[in-house]
Amino acid sequence: MKASAGGYARARDVPHALDLLAASDGAGRILAGGQSLIAAMNMRLSEGDMLIDISRIAGLQGVTEEADTLRIGALTRHAAVGADPLISAHAPLLAEAVGYIAHAAIRNRGTIGGALAHADPAAEFPACAVALGATIHVEGKGGAREIPAEAFFEDVFTTALAEDEILTAISVPKAEPGEVQLLEEVARRSGDYALTGLCLVRRAEGHRVTVFSAGPTPLLARDAMAALDGGDLDGAVAALVEALDPPSDTQASASYRRHLAGVLLRRALARIEEQKA
Amino acid sequence: MTAAFSNKVDIELTVNGEPVEARVPAGQHLVDFLRLDLGLNGAHASCEHGVCGACTLRVDGEAVRGCLMLAAQADGAEVWTVEGLTDQGTSADLQQAFVARNALQCGFCTPGMIVAAEDLLARGDVPTRAAIREHLSGNYCRCTGYEAIIDAVESVARARAGKDAA
Repeated sequence: MKASAGGYARARDVPHALDLLAASDGAGRILAGGQSLIAAMNMRLSEGDMLIDISRIAGLQGVTEEADTLRIGALTRHAAVGADPLISAHAPLLAEAVGYIAHAAIRNRGTIGGALAHADPAAEFPACAVALGATIHVEGKGGAREIPAEAFFEDVFTTALAEDEILTAISVPKAEPGEVQLLEEVARRSGDYALTGLCLVRRAEGHRVTVFSAGPTPLLARDAMAALDGGDLDGAVAALVEALDPPSDTQASASYRRHLAGVLLRRALARIEEQKA
Repeated sequence: MTAAFSNKVDIELTVNGEPVEARVPAGQHLVDFLRLDLGLNGAHASCEHGVCGACTLRVDGEAVRGCLMLAAQADGAEVWTVEGLTDQGTSADLQQAFVARNALQCGFCTPGMIVAAEDLLARGDVPTRAAIREHLSGNYCRCTGYEAIIDAVESVARARAGKDAA
């Protein structure tokens, strides 16, 4: 089908984008890479949007190194995240995730900020953000604020971003020496949305595990993390399966998704052992 | 609607090396603009939600989905379609390999396959078959079963690297 947009405006900078958003009477829709939005528009899942194209705003692109964190501009494209040496060195989870996101041509356009703001429950970057303990940076007319990733994802396609705000960046803590970051997922075909996926971070203060595509938002599996901290893998798998209440759909049943989550956790831990060997 | 938003957007871009100026509807995607306004029917509009890859184009040097980019976003861009690649002759060896290896039957997916494969071949090394398969995983072919396409891309990669004949 063909898209039906209400209008289009290209934002020069963030204040201009916020002005446009305020002027759109609630119909404003931020267009970044467009790899989910334009698909939804073409399918008429979204109609009459006042598109605010932020994709040319130079200040929202690229990766910068700060003291203990990396700040990744919202418009940094998936392919750029995957190829960035700072990200490979300090946040390898994000680099690994890129290989699972759709296909090369989509990774050339899609942006990390768009993926976070879209908050698809099957997407990799939101789960990575929660697993890493990232901070989401947003700006609105009232100023800028920072939202912990754990508090950002509220429901399916729903975030803590207010209607008059724009997501501008994500910052992630730099991996400490010896920190392990892994992503495992199962999809029917390469590039498909995950049936279930899992992020595992092991750092000095303990493990962090998130599961995606098994509920409305990425799940931070606290009981499983505590079990892993205690060295109890079987207990962690049991706790993980217990914590999940996944949907059944045409792609996978709830019980299969629960089973997969346990398998993925075991795979991730097996990879850590392989890397040691 | 407020004055800041437009139903029609003026764009200037280059398509296959030629300068183009146009006024496009706000919601029109790039592949429709190329097909309907410029008569460039090489890139195909098929699934129109980014799954099939038949609309794959080269925009500013990178392969993108023509159905997931608005024409309005192409202002200032350098766009190449399979027609331009054909006229340049730079993909002639790949196109000949597709014919020689029977890498197409109905041909609907082929323009997207060529653009997507060139995106991989542009890296200059000889990719593994697994890497070719992964790179083309976003381009559907309902005829060939893909093996012949992988064969064609692999043979061209090797030939371009001087490793053996296509």
